[in-house]
Amino acid sequence: MTIPVSLTVNGKAVGVDIDPRTLLSQLLRDHLHLTGTHIGCDTGQCGACTVHVDGRAVKACNIFAAQVDGAAVTTIEGIGGANGALHPMQAAFREHHGLQCGFCTPGMIMNAIELVQKHPNPSEDTVRAELDGNLCRCTGYHNIVKAVIAGAANMKG
Amino acid sequence: MHAFDFQRPATLKDAAAFLKKNETARVLGGGQSLIPTLKMRLAQTPALVDVTRLEELRAVKLEAAVLTVGAGLRHSEVATHKDVLIGVPALARVAAGIGDRQVRNMGTLGGSLANNDPAADYPAAVLGLGATIHTNRRSLAADKFFTGLYETALKPGEIITSVEFPLPKRAAYVKFKQPASRFALVGVFVSEGAGHVRVAVTGAGNAGVFRMKDMEKKLAEKFAMESIAKSKIATDKLLSDIHASGEYRAHLIGVLAQRAVAAAIAGKYQ
Amino acid sequence: MNAPYIGQSIKRTEDQRFITGGGTYTDDVNVVGQTYAYFLRSPHAHAKIRGINFAKAKAAAGVVGIYTGEDLTAAKVGGLPCGWLITSVDGQPMKEPPHPLLAQGKVRHVGDQVAVVIAESLHQAKDAAELIEVDYEMLPAVVNAADARKPGVPLVHDDVPHNTCYTWAIGAKDVVDKAFASASHVTTLEFNNNRLIPNAIEPRAALAQYSRGDEAYTLHVANQNPHVERLLMTAFVLGLPEHKVRVIAPDVGGGFGSKIFLYAEETVITWASKQVNRPIKWTAERSESFVTDAHGRDHVTKAELAMDKSGKFLAMRVHTTANLGAYLSTFASSVPTILYATLLAGQYTTPAIYCEVTAVFTNTVPVDAYRGAGRPEATYVIERLVETAAREMKLAPAEIRKRNFITQFPYQTPVALCYDTGNYGATLEAAMKLADAAGFEARRKQAADRGKLRGLGYSTYIEACGLAPSNIAGSLGARAGLYEAGEVRFHPTGSVSVFTGSHSHGQGHETTFAQVVADKLGIPIENITIVHGDTGRIPFGMGTYGSRSIAVGGAAIVKAIDKIIDKGKKIAAHLLEASADDITFKDGVFSVAGSDKKKTIAEVAFASYVPHNYPLDKLEPGLNETAFYDPPNFTYPAGSHICEVEIDGDTGATKIVSFTAVDDFGNVINPMIVEGQVHGGLAQGIGQALLEGCAYDAESGQLITGSYMDYAMPRADDVPSFKVDTKVTACTHNALGVKGCGEAGAIGAPAAVINAITDALGVKDIAMPATAERVWRAMNTKSKKAK
Repeated sequence: MTIPVSLTVNGKAVGVDIDPRTLLSQLLRDHLHLTGTHIGCDTGQCGACTVHVDGRAVKACNIFAAQVDGAAVTTIEGIGGANGALHPMQAAFREHHGLQCGFCTPGMIMNAIELVQKHPNPSEDTVRAELDGNLCRCTGYHNIVKAVIAGAANMKG
Repeated sequence: MHAFDFQRPATLKDAAAFLKKNETARVLGGGQSLIPTLKMRLAQTPALVDVTRLEELRAVKLEAAVLTVGAGLRHSEVATHKDVLIGVPALARVAAGIGDRQVRNMGTLGGSLANNDPAADYPAAVLGLGATIHTNRRSLAADKFFTGLYETALKPGEIITSVEFPLPKRAAYVKFKQPASRFALVGVFVSEGAGHVRVAVTGAGNAGVFRMKDMEKKLAEKFAMESIAKSKIATDKLLSDIHASGEYRAHLIGVLAQRAVAAAIAGKYQ
Repeated sequence: MNAPYIGQSIKRTEDQRFITGGGTYTDDVNVVGQTYAYFLRSPHAHAKIRGINFAKAKAAAGVVGIYTGEDLTAAKVGGLPCGWLITSVDGQPMKEPPHPLLAQGKVRHVGDQVAVVIAESLHQAKDAAELIEVDYEMLPAVVNAADARKPGVPLVHDDVPHNTCYTWAIGAKDVVDKAFASASHVTTLEFNNNRLIPNAIEPRAALAQYSRGDEAYTLHVANQNPHVERLLMTAFVLGLPEHKVRVIAPDVGGGFGSKIFLYAEETVITWASKQVNRPIKWTAERSESFVTDAHGRDHVTKAELAMDKSGKFLAMRVHTTANLGAYLSTFASSVPTILYATLLAGQYTTPAIYCEVTAVFTNTVPVDAYRGAGRPEATYVIERLVETAAREMKLAPAEIRKRNFITQFPYQTPVALCYDTGNYGATLEAAMKLADAAGFEARRKQAADRGKLRGLGYSTYIEACGLAPSNIAGSLGARAGLYEAGEVRFHPTGSVSVFTGSHSHGQGHETTFAQVVADKLGIPIENITIVHGDTGRIPFGMGTYGSRSIAVGGAAIVKAIDKIIDKGKKIAAHLLEASADDITFKDGVFSVAGSDKKKTIAEVAFASYVPHNYPLDKLEPGLNETAFYDPPNFTYPAGSHICEVEIDGDTGATKIVSFTAVDDFGNVINPMIVEGQVHGGLAQGIGQALLEGCAYDAESGQLITGSYMDYAMPRADDVPSFKVDTKVTACTHNALGVKGCGEAGAIGAPAAVINAITDALGVKDIAMPATAERVWRAMNTKSKKAK
């Protein structure tokens, strides 16, 4: 039993017939080979799988691909500029050492981008509170918070 | 996950018709609670019916005495909707504090109420405001809707369409988070309407959300923190688990109820 | 960025792939014909398996193979080995019950693997697993260390009496007992060091491939030490020729110890990949990680400190029961002994120390090294005792420490270690300044005015890392060497590949090691690639754990570089027509002393690979050197942590308002990376103190905290921004003067947090994790007593 799903992923049209059980994360990783979206848990807490659906940060491992039929999905692979230019938030994570093992990083960056769209001048407290959907075991969050604040400033420029 | 059929009906009528024929099918809102249970094979269903695209479930209407919010609205939409912020700002604050931002971007009002997690926030707001739940078949008072842990008065195949909130004079919600799940270890919603007060507690009851009628009576006499400062809270119907004993939950109910009253008076909604 | 690179906060080269989604973690690797493994696991803590019926499962759609313990026995596959032999006080070796890959007649913890199902898809594997009928005969379970030796308690292994793996001791008991008898004050504490679940965000994963043509295996696995993984798997379990197995640990999403060990899953699928003649992938779901990744800590301890009337420490006596879980994990036996009791001197001149450790089996997930591994437990014992002693002796916490600090180096402790260098007073002074300890009482008063309770807690820790001198480790029971290997390979065009046996799973070796190599060889950092995590490319390696990478792995690379430079001098001497003794090497250039004749190292490298004008009669072509480095001693990082908390008097909720760490890691290669390591360790230490507590149901043996819904991981708003600084006393016995920084935060932080909370509350002790309810209860108990 399959179900047709059409959507755009990082600007490209995608049409697939998939098992309805297919999670958005599985569509991205297994069908489209976009392995930057990571799976760190099975209860929807860790946020490593965060992508944008029509601009909203959501957890791709906790959504069926069929639910986002017709939507525009953006993943970590799709946020950079032309010629490999980094998104300002990606650049801020690098500049401020906001990552160590890198596994939570795509989800952190995707959440941070939407966070800044909602809170263009976030305080440290706001950043810490709004990152509660993402777990990092390496950084102690210190440099992630710095990176998000810096990324917010970069996103204006 | 076990295999299932996935339905994306175009209208409420189509959704209802499918569910009538397939009574064990499940309504899918944002899926933020349902999908993990399916993934871990803790639940199974022959079919899911995605109702989040139904326009009939997405209206918000602010009238003189009531605010009606479509069941398909996501928490992030409720949190920022102009009419909600004007009509029942405390409700917007509840929505803004549910789960985390990614969950708020998917989860829906109707989905949360139908799931009736004993530690969810929305049930406290719905009960604490004395709201009315409209379905495709009938209307249910909040007091009759929540019937137990993960249980509601909904019949198989019944779809929540909207929730009607009477506008309170003032209201606020205060939550103490369980540190792992970030659900409410205890959450207290307090509202003052015309001649009555409601106090609803989530996270603490062994049968889900419930009202604190003693507190309501005292607050109706005088809406002030000190009215409930010495409330005795029985522990026999409270949850006791690794995250908190019934005794501690009882203590928190007292503290948070006072804080909610203070917030409502200050217009801070929490 | 220009040389010298050492000491600069160079941005990490590995970040480019991580921030663009271009990392390659094990689960990102897919191969043609891949199948999927699903492990059927025990739902019970303790049960006999009367029978397994998998007839229906075998017939299910998509099933490629199903195997149980019986199949492995028939194939003569062994159990998982333990890499460290501990000898009991009675002279007997520790009990080593079998650790089967798949259950053999009995399951011993929830999650114990019973069978593996291999199918075309994961859905099919799970569907088939549901059709397997296991006939269990339930047995009573024991989960708590404190219960394990009680009479009548069920035996986890029939042939291990009293569930006791060993009783081990260190120190002169008579001397210690005598010192206690004459002490003017004794401080006593009894506490648990709570069990933790490591929770690297990348779940464990493996992809095994068997190549029929050359009878060789390739295993991708999320692992911290691929050579050790290969050695243990081939030599001790599967009986495969080591040279026919290639283990690749690609990008690994955090380890914290949990990915050191050889686990059943990757071993089973490696074996099975030949049986089914198909590649097999297994990726843990988080709920599996909770019940299969080795847990950490879990000690029950009674600790006593004897003092004279001035607060000078006379002796320390410690009795610990350590929970090993159901089986001996790879290095489990060393953690509560060698890595724990040898640290009990801390930063102090305590002249006599005795520690006795009883290690027990229970029906829980095996316990092994988790960030710090033994040293956080030791620091917790010392620093809780010292702070409590200060309060009882009415001495300031800094004062009692200063009175007892070691100030003369080298210093031989009474528990085997010899500290080479340190300056404990300097880190404490600096930390107190950075934390504004002087202003604390004013802040406490202001907080009280707001209805909040403030507390300040100290922790001055030491750790032994840079594991380890192999001969010492061997004499203590290690069944492996603990050196490291490095290979430095010049390419003909002058760029360099460096192959290291260390493994980076977040530590940033690709940057830090390149900084060292760039400075030592005098070449641009862009011309260097650091290669790690592949037994097919790297000579050998003991891997990354115990904060050993820069101190041991880095030193091995420097040793290889020294060989490169030695050979380069000879080549340059030939090219420059001078004596090798007259050649000097500086900033990438070989020069003849007292002349302007010179050759760059790139020119020398080219000459070595195109040896037209080359001393072929004396030298081999090529410029490629390998070195193995075995350290002469441990390294001894140390530091001072100060935690300031504020407690909500109504709810007991604790907020860390300030956390200061001033550490001495010896020389620092990349301050940015070092600070990041400290931040991460602190969050894990704070997690242990405030949030993380693995809980088992004592009756059923079920893991209650089996998901992120119930196991509280630190999130961004649980921790503050940290105040971090370093002081340097260079390590005296390695080429870089480095000590290691990976574990310090997790070692020092728990005691600092609990010392702060008990200070705020005015109570002697509080259990970890200090949840809001526990704090609230402590406040209540105290106020009742006051009435």
